Amino acid sequence: MSTAHDSHDGAVDTATGVSTTGHEWDGIRELNNPLPRWWLWVFYATIVWAFGYWVLYPAWPLISSHTTGLLGWNSRSAVAMQLQDLQALRAETSMRLTNASLEEIEKTPDLLSLARAEGRVAFADNCAPCHGAGGGGAKGFPNLNDDDWLWGGTLADIQQTITHGIRSGDDEGHQGNMTPFGGVLSKADISAAADYVLSLSGAGPADTPSAKKGAAVFAANCAVCHGADGKGKQELGSKNLTDGIWLYGGDKATIMQTITNGRGGVMPAWAGRLSPTTIKALTVYVHTLGGGQ
Amino acid sequence: MTAPAVKTKTPPAAASADDAPLYEARRQIYPQSVRGRLRTIKWIVLAVTLGIYYFLPFVRWNRGPGAPDQAVLIDFPARRFYFFFIEIWPQEFYYVAGLLILAALILFLMNAVAGRVWCGYLCPQTVWTDLFMAVERLIEGDRRQRMVEDAGPWTLDKFAHKLMKHSVWLLIAWWTGGAWVLYFADAPTLVHELATFQAPTVAYVAIFTLTFTTYSLAGHMREQVCTYMCPWPRIQAALTDEYALNVTYRYDRGEPRGSVKKAAAARAEGKPAGDCIDCHQCVNVCPTGVDIRQGLQLACIQCGLCIDACNNIMDKVDRPRGLIAYESEANLEARVAGKPPVRRIVRPRTILYTALIVFAGGLMLFTLANRANEGLNAIHDRNPLFVKLSDGSLRNAYTLRLINKDLAERGFILTATGVPGATLSVVGTEGGPEGEVVTVGPDQTREVRVLLTTKDRLAPGTSLPVTFQIRDQKSGATATAVDHFIGP
Repeated sequence: MSTAHDSHDGAVDTATGVSTTGHEWDGIRELNNPLPRWWLWVFYATIVWAFGYWVLYPAWPLISSHTTGLLGWNSRSAVAMQLQDLQALRAETSMRLTNASLEEIEKTPDLLSLARAEGRVAFADNCAPCHGAGGGGAKGFPNLNDDDWLWGGTLADIQQTITHGIRSGDDEGHQGNMTPFGGVLSKADISAAADYVLSLSGAGPADTPSAKKGAAVFAANCAVCHGADGKGKQELGSKNLTDGIWLYGGDKATIMQTITNGRGGVMPAWAGRLSPTTIKALTVYVHTLGGGQ
Repeated sequence: MTAPAVKTKTPPAAASADDAPLYEARRQIYPQSVRGRLRTIKWIVLAVTLGIYYFLPFVRWNRGPGAPDQAVLIDFPARRFYFFFIEIWPQEFYYVAGLLILAALILFLMNAVAGRVWCGYLCPQTVWTDLFMAVERLIEGDRRQRMVEDAGPWTLDKFAHKLMKHSVWLLIAWWTGGAWVLYFADAPTLVHELATFQAPTVAYVAIFTLTFTTYSLAGHMREQVCTYMCPWPRIQAALTDEYALNVTYRYDRGEPRGSVKKAAAARAEGKPAGDCIDCHQCVNVCPTGVDIRQGLQLACIQCGLCIDACNNIMDKVDRPRGLIAYESEANLEARVAGKPPVRRIVRPRTILYTALIVFAGGLMLFTLANRANEGLNAIHDRNPLFVKLSDGSLRNAYTLRLINKDLAERGFILTATGVPGATLSVVGTEGGPEGEVVTVGPDQTREVRVLLTTKDRLAPGTSLPVTFQIRDQKSGATATAVDHFIGP
């Protein structure tokens, strides 16, 4: 084997009549078939193109910034312009969504699919971190697919909750806490109350002495908010204790913890962060997840 | 016969590798005109293929109201492809994949039967180059005139010829680009828009790009596209075999070559004399500038013009035709060895390709003829997989996509079977006496959210198969989709 440029022997290949380059590998010699010249010029043209590109477009990193290019183009402003174009394109359909009432949107098939499509994206961006990608919820974050609503599940209720939030500091937002009873009730009373609450939802026996004692504790302390029948009061955001759906968990230990320490989750207010039209779309989306009343 | 003084660029003497250039200037090829059977076939193919390409967008096809009445249309905004009576939806893109597979198989079959017959007759590069060469010949004259004019000084005549040639070339190239964009929008409307500068920018950009590529590829690059750019010569060599018919110089008949007089004298003396009179007509007419007498080579596109040229000469010198002909390597070897001729068109390779073509084409036709005008897809909600309601019942949610390929609005009755005691509701519709009815607009799809609720207590870990069905209220046509109902 020979290395490049050490033996341009000028040998001519007999079969083709083409001279060889002098490169030989395992007895195979390389023929000297020159590339076409236009190919060379295309190569030069790409180099010239690169220089033009460096001058016209942002290209070279500097110590704290970069060259901006003579055209002043940058990808951020290009995206902004595309977004503007998109908004202009969507202005007409967007206006229909803005002008229609929530009920109208839900009854009109094309508006419904439009609102659901916009709502799905807004939900994924803003709501999914707490409520899950499909609104399935998590401990302390309500499942939006079921029919258990602390603050109401009608279109208007959902819109109100999204707009102003819960315990968000917004004056129009929902207020009200589950009061901690740790300093008020004895541990035995709390345990008895928990047994009674379990029996309300059918998860525990109602005729044990503890549950019977708990009924009295409940009537004295809890019925104010949760109602004498334990079905909760929507205007206070108090939970319906008779169904099998739990926000923080339905085992006795968790219920005792809830009674002892109280609860008060926060949902931020979205007014000001999202446009009213987006909140409308979100409302319809959440309502049509399946739990809407 | 004296040839005019022409400066021809000869290949550099390959005496020393150090002297050879690293990059080589293109050697201008001046193909001579030729008449003959294969040339006639090429003219016909050119007229038919270009005729189809340039005029097909203007063919109308009535599909009724609401649908475009262009026979062949790629409608990107509406995501539809129309081909006469066929309408392809995006989810049926496998038809396009099937067409590509079919095209590849047909190419293989053509190759197994007659080598690079695609290159010589049907390849767009060949067809447009042929057209551009015809224009060149019409304006600047035949081979000899063009060589003389190119070698001579610039005169008014020469300038006029060149200007005329490039103008006509650009005109054809422009029309080529223009015809291309007509496949993507209603042709008459777009022509009007283009003429009044109302057409979308992308149309002008596409026309400009294709004008430029047609002009440079068919006018200037020509045979270099085949030798340097096209992958097919490389692949083709691996796909062919010794029974494929290729444009071949029958050296056993042609050698030793010499002038007519010498050959006649040799024959009179009983010495061997070939039929090739070394007239170079086969080289002169070749659009890629190869000498077929050197055997099969990469640059040869096997258009067969050398066959026509040689046959004309053989007629003149009173020798039998077919010194250059479509001939298989096996037959050539058999003739040299004095064995009977080998003609094997039917062989495992061609049988296999034909069978595959029939199978793939038949499968596509069958599915095309039997495809339904309605369809249904189901996707189960993933978060949450199931929901427990306050009354203890269990619910699963699905997204169903209903497809209506009819050109009229249709109502579908939606049902679900497989879950005991389940009730079905569609978000946004109110169930009628027949159950949940979902209307889908003409030639559209509609996505609906479907809730399936059961009061039955399911054992933990239950997963029941569910069959969703849509039934056309009028025609009773059905489509189904299968999914699962998941319990706690």
